[in-house]
Amino acid sequence: MVYQNEKAIYIRIAERICDDILSGHYAEGSRVPSVREIAAAYEVNPNTAMRAVEILQRDEVVYQQRGIGVFVAEGARRKILAARKEDFLRHDIPEFLRRLQLLGMGIEEVVRAWEQNQEVNKDLKK
Amino acid sequence: MIEIQDVRFGYDRKKAKVFDHFSLQLEPNCIYGLLGQNGTGKSTLLYLLTGVLFPEQGHILVEGMDTRKRKVEMLSQMYIVPETFELPKMRFMEYVKTYSPFYEAFSMKVLEECMKEFQLPLTCNIQDLSMGEKKKVMMSFALATGTRYLLMDEPTNGLDVPSKRQFRKVIASNMTDERTIVIATHQLHDVEQLIDHVLILKDSQLLLNQSIAELTDRYGFGLLPEDIAADDILYSERNVQGDVGIWLRRPDDQETTVELEMLFNAAVQGKVRS
Repeated sequence: MVYQNEKAIYIRIAERICDDILSGHYAEGSRVPSVREIAAAYEVNPNTAMRAVEILQRDEVVYQQRGIGVFVAEGARRKILAARKEDFLRHDIPEFLRRLQLLGMGIEEVVRAWEQNQEVNKDLKK
Repeated sequence: MIEIQDVRFGYDRKKAKVFDHFSLQLEPNCIYGLLGQNGTGKSTLLYLLTGVLFPEQGHILVEGMDTRKRKVEMLSQMYIVPETFELPKMRFMEYVKTYSPFYEAFSMKVLEECMKEFQLPLTCNIQDLSMGEKKKVMMSFALATGTRYLLMDEPTNGLDVPSKRQFRKVIASNMTDERTIVIATHQLHDVEQLIDHVLILKDSQLLLNQSIAELTDRYGFGLLPEDIAADDILYSERNVQGDVGIWLRRPDDQETTVELEMLFNAAVQGKVRS
């Protein structure tokens, strides 16, 4: 599958920034590093850093305030989670199902594993 | 902008030309990776651009100025860090004081930042430095000159592991819209994420001249998709990951990271061209 391959660098940088928004490192409404700062931090070409910021702007995860900087948009966390869920359903699930078939496994085995996992989590919480 | 127009150059009349009918344009806001097997003329091209060497035929124009004339306006916008070099035995600050007046955009602030990143004190004595440290000092000075054109020949040779990261950091943080940087190298992994344009030289010609954005858009790199048509596979090799290669990217394929080593092998074997 193509998805095992390394995504283009600008996409990976955009994903890292999204990770930092999800983790709360950059709160909604706060400033994210400038293109130059991103370029230096990830040791990449500033044009690559710029493309990363551009796709985040396109997806309305961040917005630019001219002369001031780039900020995390309101509702950015919700948007990122929705997009990741969509991506998971479109790409990871079909690949997962394909592998089940390849291994001759049924969905009940997955359900059993899921239940076991729930048990373990419950025990851990105690 | 630098325009190389139909250039011919050779060191020896009896031997094959290093460049023949060679044309190329170098644009601002671009970091070029200049690649090619040994003896394909990477260093020669850098020296031709700076006016250290002259073409036998054709012209090289830096912002319209012929390099042959070696105009001060041109030379003050040009800096080259050769692969090996000698520096005068003096205190580094003395060197800076002597050579910085040639560059009107020289920035002490950039010099301080670069030296700090490389963990070298401004108070150092050039003769006390190792080869790798001399290189770092020279690169710091080069970036501080603020020239529009910065050419580097194998900049990461002789640098230790942490210094290679520091090198990428100083380049990334000092790149500007007006600047053109050309990095000639064999160390593909050192520059892979830094460059945004690939130039590959072979047989006195330009084999490949493409931006990373174009390459990313046009080709896929990595594990070959299972459902890819054989005709769409341009290059493949087998490694521990499985069958990897370069293929013509289909509209639904994810954009992948350009793998310079594979691209280079594919290009010199004539499997990928501009």
